Amino acid sequence: MSEPTPPSSSPREGPNQGLNDGPSQGSPQGSPQGPSRAAASLGKDLIGLQDLSAGQILSILDTAEPFKEISERRIKKVPVLRGKTIVNLFMEPSTRTRISFEFAEKRLSADTVNISASGSSVQKGETLVDTARNLEAMRIDMVVIRHWASGAARFLAERIASNVINAGDGASEHPTQGLLDLLTLRDHLGNLEGKRICVVGDILHSRVARSNIWGLLKLGADVGVCAPRTLLPPGIESFGVEVFRRIEEAIEWADALNILRLQLERMQGGFVPSLREYNRIYGVTRARLEAAPRDVLILHPGPMNRGVEIDSDVADGPHSLILEQVTNGVAVRMAVLYLLAGGVPEGAEAAKKG
Amino acid sequence: MSDRPVLLRGGRVVDPSQGIDAVHDLLLLDGKVARLAPSGSLDGDLPEGTEVVECAGLVVTPGLVDVHVHLREPGGEHKETIASGARAAAAGGFTAICAMPNTDPVIDSPATVGFVAAAGRAAGAARVYPVGALSMGQKGERLTEIGELVEAGAVGITDDGLPVMDSGLMRRALEYTLAFDIPVADHAEDVGLSRGGVMNEGAVSARLGLRGKPNAAEDVHVARDLVVAELTGGHIHLQHVSTRHGVELIRQAKARGVRVTAEATPHHLLLTDDAVKGYDTNAKMNPPLRTETDRLAVVEGFLDGTLDTLATDHAPHHYDEKEQAFDDAPFGIVGLETVVGLILTHFVHEREEAADEAGARHPGTMNLSTFVERASAAPARAFHLPGGTLAEGSPADVTILDLDHRWTVDPSRFLSLSRNTPFTGWKLRGRAVRTIVGGRSVFVAETEAKAEAGAGPS
Repeated sequence: MSEPTPPSSSPREGPNQGLNDGPSQGSPQGSPQGPSRAAASLGKDLIGLQDLSAGQILSILDTAEPFKEISERRIKKVPVLRGKTIVNLFMEPSTRTRISFEFAEKRLSADTVNISASGSSVQKGETLVDTARNLEAMRIDMVVIRHWASGAARFLAERIASNVINAGDGASEHPTQGLLDLLTLRDHLGNLEGKRICVVGDILHSRVARSNIWGLLKLGADVGVCAPRTLLPPGIESFGVEVFRRIEEAIEWADALNILRLQLERMQGGFVPSLREYNRIYGVTRARLEAAPRDVLILHPGPMNRGVEIDSDVADGPHSLILEQVTNGVAVRMAVLYLLAGGVPEGAEAAKKG
Repeated sequence: MSDRPVLLRGGRVVDPSQGIDAVHDLLLLDGKVARLAPSGSLDGDLPEGTEVVECAGLVVTPGLVDVHVHLREPGGEHKETIASGARAAAAGGFTAICAMPNTDPVIDSPATVGFVAAAGRAAGAARVYPVGALSMGQKGERLTEIGELVEAGAVGITDDGLPVMDSGLMRRALEYTLAFDIPVADHAEDVGLSRGGVMNEGAVSARLGLRGKPNAAEDVHVARDLVVAELTGGHIHLQHVSTRHGVELIRQAKARGVRVTAEATPHHLLLTDDAVKGYDTNAKMNPPLRTETDRLAVVEGFLDGTLDTLATDHAPHHYDEKEQAFDDAPFGIVGLETVVGLILTHFVHEREEAADEAGARHPGTMNLSTFVERASAAPARAFHLPGGTLAEGSPADVTILDLDHRWTVDPSRFLSLSRNTPFTGWKLRGRAVRTIVGGRSVFVAETEAKAEAGAGPS
């Protein structure tokens, strides 16, 4: 893969000249407060935040900063990925993530193709590997994959030469969602070290929860989880997170809540007795937030079930960052695409100018 | 059988059924063990035309028996056939295997039992003993015609692949089989607790975002089976035990006289759920690989005899079926052609001073005689099969081992039609070099065959 639109000159004084010359030089040890940014290269794929170092995560967030501005322009397009072909392979329904990736790709001038499970050869029984290999035979550069099976993104990445970006696989990871949550939190809380972030809701089935937990832990945040025990994966204590049994306790502890969607089919699965009960016992309501000792920031990856896991006056309230998350999602995805295509963080500012 | 008489000369004969571990000669005649005597003592007294197989430096044991094998025929012939499975078994050192009934159609009638038995005989490799289904269609509702299945050749019944969830049905099976001297084998899993699980439930499954099967699903079911066996006096054979509580429950039940036999598989003895990291579908089996604590409990049970039977749960699957996302791939791995090397390397051999290249897990913890007990005598007893002994008059089923043969697991060399093993690349020491069924060599390792050709007719 060739270097995309090389920046004419680096606007930053990067101490690491050969930043993108090879694979990661190992994760920085010690305090995430001052991570070495030497390990910024992402390698071929973005599969999960569990695999990344604090330095790599911060370098994606730093790269996203200059890209935010592109979406505010009248002409929202720069030629960073001109000539690159990207396939958005969505084996599971998605609106927000798919469109966010598509905007990111188009604003970087990539050529994109969207494939969904229905109406494609997948429906005819083609395997995931065969689908991807056929696409690759058409000489593509990247695959953005959403799949319902945990590990599917890694499975694909190990079998094709193109860059693979995980847009959510099963209950494993959704790294770009984790990154955009981190970016949004950082915008408001600054350095996340020691900040208390609680992920609330269906952790068991959630890739967003896992990507948030890994990313936050790597950046030194204190991470809590709060859900009925039926919606927590057994063994979650081993992640190094604090487990809250009741939402009131989580709210009292946290600087920010990341509230997960309660998938309605979980009720049929017997994980919660009823949606009404869930809202009564675990819902994030204004009354509960007003009892908190501090203002609590509110994130939600969407789509929301208003009146179930989150009340409308919280979702639309003064501390809600929900729409900022969506805006940041495009910038973060632009950063990931740019870095995987061989760009360097220091070049992002210049790359914007085309 | 009209084969030539065979003298196995000068090998170290290890036969726990007779308490023998000594250099002996073994004369096989008319498909039976004719004589077993100190080496050299039979030389003047051999029938005309006796073929002499020099076994100096090798170990001669009663034929190994694997009571838990999936042969996939009928219905899954792209994974394995009865013939390919029987040949793979022979190559792994087995003279007899028990074929599980979860095929398509299910082996739940005298005709299908007869088909498996006949195809097994036609293969001319390891003996194939059909195990019949416990319930019609393995639906867990109505008992099969167990008496007729036994008359057609079934040596046990099981719904393996699926647990028997209805305790009343299990009770009736254990009672009804009392008349036939066959075990009821059960895959212990409470599906209410394990539903949707694809691996062990714990820290690793949480991290990978895969749904887990908790130990409790197995523990509850093991406890149920033991209690019902005790109630009925029937013989319960618990398959592939994987949990620490399961081992302990069986130990306690044996101590109070419950008729229970139980299996340890090589993968539960050697691997943990760590092997699933990276979503390796060859680490996907049911019951799943558990934690290190569980693995060590299975090892302890295997060493002290609580888990009396070594069984592979040989479960062949086609490459395409395993080459999928973890959730989509089927459960199971092949085992027939690796188990002897794995157990010899990791349990029987002493730690090697110089180059411990195999990185043996539990070197020197099991003597050869106990290994033969677990892999031959005990499984034969559990399923009331002829064999498991070299006593004079017993079937001439013999396995010859070269304890020092060093080899590396290479699935492309398997005789099984399937390659799904997590042990690829493992460096092992020891394997079967000749497998004799009814006095006839059904497998001779390449190195041995070459040596024989070089030596000329004896």
